[in-house]
Amino acid sequence: MSIRAIQRILGLLLMVFSLTMLPPVGVSLYYSDGSWPAFIAAFAWLTGVGALVWWPARHDRRDLRLRDGFVVVTLFWTVLGLAGALPLFISPQPEIGVTDAIFESVSGLTTTGATVLAGLDSLPRSILYYRQQLQWLGGMGIVILAVALLPMLGVGGMSLYRAEMPGPVKDAKLTPRITQTARMLWIVYVAITAACAVGYLLAGMSAFDAIGHAFATVAIGGFSHYDANIGQFDSRAVELVAVLFMLIGAMNFGLHFTAWRSGRFGAYWRDPECSAFLRLMLGLSALTLVYLLLAGDYDDTLLLAADGIFQAVSVATTTGFTTSHYHHWPAGLPVLLLFASFVGGCAGSTAGGLKVVRCLLLVKQGRREIVRLVHPAAEIPVQLGGRAVPARVVDAVWGFFAVYVGVFVVLMLAMMASGLDQVTAFAAVAATINNLGPGLGDVALNYASIGVVAKWVCVLAMLLGRLEIFTLLLLFTVTFWRK
Amino acid sequence: MKIIILGAGQVGRTAAYHLAREETNDVTVVDLNDLLLRDLQDRLDIRTVAGSAAHPDILEQAGAATADMVVALTNSDEVNMVACQVAWTLFRTRTKIARIRALAYTGHPALFFDTDTPPPDGAGFPVDVYISPEEIVTQYIERLIRYSGALQVLEFADGRVRLVGVKAIRGGPLVGQQLRSIRDHLPNVDARVVAIYREGGSIAPEGDTVIQHGDEVFFLAATEDMRKVMVELRRVEDSVKRVVIAGGGNIGLRLAQRIEERYQVKIIEREASRARKISEILRNTVVLHGDAADEELLIEENIDSADVFCAVTNAEEANILSAMLAKRLGAHRVMALINRPAYAELMQGGPIDVAISPQSVTIGSLLAHVRRGDVVRVHSLRRGAAEAMEAVVHGSRGGRVVGRRVEEIKLPKGATIGAIVRGQDVIMGHHDTVIEADDHVIVFLTDRRHIEAVERLFQE
Repeated sequence: MSIRAIQRILGLLLMVFSLTMLPPVGVSLYYSDGSWPAFIAAFAWLTGVGALVWWPARHDRRDLRLRDGFVVVTLFWTVLGLAGALPLFISPQPEIGVTDAIFESVSGLTTTGATVLAGLDSLPRSILYYRQQLQWLGGMGIVILAVALLPMLGVGGMSLYRAEMPGPVKDAKLTPRITQTARMLWIVYVAITAACAVGYLLAGMSAFDAIGHAFATVAIGGFSHYDANIGQFDSRAVELVAVLFMLIGAMNFGLHFTAWRSGRFGAYWRDPECSAFLRLMLGLSALTLVYLLLAGDYDDTLLLAADGIFQAVSVATTTGFTTSHYHHWPAGLPVLLLFASFVGGCAGSTAGGLKVVRCLLLVKQGRREIVRLVHPAAEIPVQLGGRAVPARVVDAVWGFFAVYVGVFVVLMLAMMASGLDQVTAFAAVAATINNLGPGLGDVALNYASIGVVAKWVCVLAMLLGRLEIFTLLLLFTVTFWRK
Repeated sequence: MKIIILGAGQVGRTAAYHLAREETNDVTVVDLNDLLLRDLQDRLDIRTVAGSAAHPDILEQAGAATADMVVALTNSDEVNMVACQVAWTLFRTRTKIARIRALAYTGHPALFFDTDTPPPDGAGFPVDVYISPEEIVTQYIERLIRYSGALQVLEFADGRVRLVGVKAIRGGPLVGQQLRSIRDHLPNVDARVVAIYREGGSIAPEGDTVIQHGDEVFFLAATEDMRKVMVELRRVEDSVKRVVIAGGGNIGLRLAQRIEERYQVKIIEREASRARKISEILRNTVVLHGDAADEELLIEENIDSADVFCAVTNAEEANILSAMLAKRLGAHRVMALINRPAYAELMQGGPIDVAISPQSVTIGSLLAHVRRGDVVRVHSLRRGAAEAMEAVVHGSRGGRVVGRRVEEIKLPKGATIGAIVRGQDVIMGHHDTVIEADDHVIVFLTDRRHIEAVERLFQE
């Protein structure tokens, strides 16, 4: 491990991130909401600290090694969670403490979308914009953005990319150079976001709302400018646009890239993960609709259909947008959707959860064990899209699943120990570790009411979820630090 | 340049390493072995595709549709040829280079054609350039044997100019003298020292630089003059008569074939059947069946009177050990084929006189095709840290190069114009030499980071 190399990259990353404080300043000045000093202060702090960290190590030319990548990414996300909280904390509005500011910032960056703020509608516009921007930066990954912008990372870029990119197989590059791959991913990301913003505009949102919500939609985030979330607009058109782009955002961006470049959109359906994801969404929406119809709470069928599909997609992709009080829906439904969020989106997307491809492999393995009971001598490879999946990947998926469940249990017990009831504790951990956002029980609307300890547990869960547990957990193992 | 390398073997990996570290190249490596590829991707900024190198779908996946160059380096000649054919027929890839080992193929140049100048009937494999690493390495060793005392002998301008690396040894007339005294020592010889390596670092040679004992001196000279210069740097060496080759594999056999008329050659091969087979092919060579690291055998075969002992088996560790043993038993000069740069660095100049790195010997023939501008030949030196290239000067008077004196040309740091070949003449690059269009200039670079700047200079 080379401390110097890590220090140099970390300093550079901080300085890059400090630039993201500038757009909110513009927003603040444009709407003259008076919040700009907070962002300027945060900008100065981050640049200063970044430069201080970077300066002593600026001449280090060593490449990052695989291990260093994990340290840099975890450190960066942790530091970023704190740094991102600065403007929220400094700004006189909202009036929140350190814990709440950090919770909000981490929730934004990890694209969770859980909030401790109530009364969003009356907050300064620049603060609202800043929250949405945090989600957008965290969606594709701020480290990947840095890899795209800083060509000198070289092979080290690959180790960073791997530590941040979600999914079980991370070796696939889109282009030979890692910088280029990162750049392509961001270009696709920006393009999709722009399309989403235009969609919202056409659906009748104001430009400010359209951009802010496009950020949160494509990043699979869930923040909104309003307490009533997407429900504020009460528009079927807006919901349609949201559903469409939540689905797109939860697909593999590498797949978007290859499909667009070759112009073969059949690739979406041929990709085993993507088609499984779409079928899952279809099935889940249908189930929700049937359930709601049978329950008979709705008078208006169109509203029922819109709410059902929107809520199913929003929760299952781990976005966390809400149009209705879905937690009041008949008994099993909210829990069903919460469980769907464990599956989450596709690998290489901006969504959270276990990822569809991992679940697909788990299911296929389960099926294999059944067949084995009947034909003990049979040789049955686990296949994906007609190709055998290497045993190493399958093993890794099992390991990941086991650790995910283990971490979940520990966090949920911690929540309950802090005084939450079982439903709230379960929902809060599920909603944060899957980067979903709104939960059930006390955390159905926001997280303002839970205690300080519970909030910190949530912060940890969100980071664990975004970095897919191992990247973060690795740093707490003896093996990693042993020379 | 977008480059697809087929095969992640020894040669393929080296090629990927050398090509990917130049920022302008995008490299994709194709191989059957998934593990090998993952390992490679961890260390280099490249893309990898697992699959059969000649299959059209694999080539497409690797980006053949937009690639500028396909380099087929798998260990099968047939796969390499077919891969070039597929790349040309389906993807119209411009440059196709294939590794072709078997003399059975390379003996019939009509089998291959350059797609820039296709034959009227279009028959044959569209292989623009074929290289045989074994052949290149064999030639290289042959030169080292012929010029005993040289660490490296590299050819330019069809063999008319040579770049020679020599270790200066006390007793050579020039050792302990300033470089400019070379003209007094050799009034009729035009030679130019382009680099001196001392204790691992390079020194820019100036007129007042003093050559010390143990320096590695690289000089350029016309082929007929090189021996005279070498003699200035070390004591006169006895001419080579007896050569012992350890290892009767591909390289060992080829080497023996090339030199058996000129020297007394013994070749030691471990495997009985192989020994029998090469003994049938070789006419003037004594083929011994046995272990090259067997002390008794070496003593019995008078290793102490051998002028050169050359270990070229497949196993580098065995090469190192047998060469060290031979040296101790009295062989005059020992060489070993060593793949790993780290091993080569450890051994060269210490227990082993010359460490031959097959990769850096062969990589040059690939690099010449990647360089922009009209580059005829590239030699990689010092395990890729330095490079010597021969470029054709284009452009018109008033440009940055043509019509200018050597001292006027703005070369990046560490680069020297060593020699100029004009038609049949070899001119050494002195400060007042004027360069003309279509000259071949030989440039020596001690720092490969400046390669791009040099390329640009001669491109216009």
